[in-house]
Amino acid sequence: MAYSNKVIDHYENPRNVGSLPKDDANVGTGLVGAPECGDVMKLQVKVNPETGVIDDAKFKTFGCGSAIASSSLATEWLKGKTVDQALAIKNTDIVAELSLPPVKIHCSVLAEDAIKAAIADYKKKQDESKGVSAPATAQPSA
Amino acid sequence: MKLPIYMDYHATTPVDPRVVEAMVPFFTQHFGNPASRNHAFGWEAEEAVDEARKHVADLIGASAKEVIFTSGATEANNLAIKGVAEMYREKGNHVITCVTEHKAVIDTCKKLEKQGGRVTYLPVQKDGRIDVDQLRDAITDKTILITIMTANNEIGVLQPIAEIGAIAKEKGVIFHTDAVQAAGKVPFDVNQAKVDLVSISAHKMYGPKGVGALYVRRRNPRVLLAEQISGGGHERGMRSGTLNVTGIVGFGKAAAIAKAEMATESERLRGLRDKLNAALHAGLDEIYINGSMEHRLPHNLNISFAYVEGESLLMGINDVAVSSGSACTSASLEPSYVLKALGAGDDLAHSSIRFGLGRWSTEEEVGYVVEKLTSVVRRLREMSPLYEMVKEGVDLSTMQWVTH
Repeated sequence: MAYSNKVIDHYENPRNVGSLPKDDANVGTGLVGAPECGDVMKLQVKVNPETGVIDDAKFKTFGCGSAIASSSLATEWLKGKTVDQALAIKNTDIVAELSLPPVKIHCSVLAEDAIKAAIADYKKKQDESKGVSAPATAQPSA
Repeated sequence: MKLPIYMDYHATTPVDPRVVEAMVPFFTQHFGNPASRNHAFGWEAEEAVDEARKHVADLIGASAKEVIFTSGATEANNLAIKGVAEMYREKGNHVITCVTEHKAVIDTCKKLEKQGGRVTYLPVQKDGRIDVDQLRDAITDKTILITIMTANNEIGVLQPIAEIGAIAKEKGVIFHTDAVQAAGKVPFDVNQAKVDLVSISAHKMYGPKGVGALYVRRRNPRVLLAEQISGGGHERGMRSGTLNVTGIVGFGKAAAIAKAEMATESERLRGLRDKLNAALHAGLDEIYINGSMEHRLPHNLNISFAYVEGESLLMGINDVAVSSGSACTSASLEPSYVLKALGAGDDLAHSSIRFGLGRWSTEEEVGYVVEKLTSVVRRLREMSPLYEMVKEGVDLSTMQWVTH
């Protein structure tokens, strides 16, 4: 399969690889996918509670080059966005930016799911710290 | 050393220059049709085909008359399985094969099932080999054919062909083997293995693409096949169509070279393969060999690099041609059914690389591949959430994954 230059660039120079402290109340963690499906993404956001702006984003991905590129791009886009703006990121935006072929669209879907899961986790933590009962999220439990 | 490096000799092989040289005159000078019985052009083509037939037969311990040329091993497998099913319909409708066969066998068997046949797909053990007791138990009075490959194309595992042949003989069942990966690479003899039908292919043994053969036993027992391609009655009426003379000449030359050089070549490649395996294990933890190391082609290695996905691995070694069992590299988007059949888990299938060494593989190339692969695996593991979780002490098997 031929990869677009942008996919190759993200694969070779992935942005924001790493981990944020997952117990920090201002950090939201999303973990989506499954090893037997061949892709797992962990995406984290650190939100400034005063402004609601995402200060930092990190990822780690087990998956093909397109999955790595989709999550790398997502972290790039997340930084500086508000939580609500982040939730507006669509998988189709990622497909367009990386010129993903049809067989790789699921990589972009997974990245969108990871964003939503990370933000849901952040919101849940915020609600919990305010003593509000939390809604269910996509966060898997060990 | 020239880049890119070819280390995918199970997929295909380059044509040996000696083979090309043998073929060339048959394109322009000796272009006759071997079926032309009344002039010199036909005679010299027929003579060349006869010589090639002898070489191919010699490679597998057969007699020349037992070799039926085809367009390749896929056709040979189709002819063997469909040809037997049709010819022996009165006797029974049951075929036994195994789950790790090549698609050319599996899909042909599925076709038989659609037409009312019954097929038993034997499982394989952890090492990739079938259990011969299970085979024996699967045989019924309706069983007309056992088709089990000699060596697997992904994991290089050798099936217990001689034991299967003995059981087939004892039970009076025809035994076919797809020997595409084994022929010309390891010793193979139709009488020692007691096989009745054997599929082989030229392009896996440094011959040209588009030509293969089916060995069809003529004595003890005499195996009959219903033709699948009708026409001028070529190849003892089992496969019509003007013979691919240039291809067949190349196949013959490739078989002769393979027979002469097999012993030294396989020892050299075994040395390289073992070096590759040892160096990868020295540089990386949590890597797993798929299939038996003991019963294996000398030039094959198939390894899963845990916590790293295969296609991303291939992307990192893009100047090395190898294959992966990852779903992302297959047209079906399913991970390798061969690796899944070993029971190691889908995640390890996604993380696998198949190395196929061959006639022009060098020690320098092996060194390059080891160095590059080791650094790419390390880099991707740093990026892998699974690796991180395992290092933190999480047992991945207890996780509840959000599947999609």
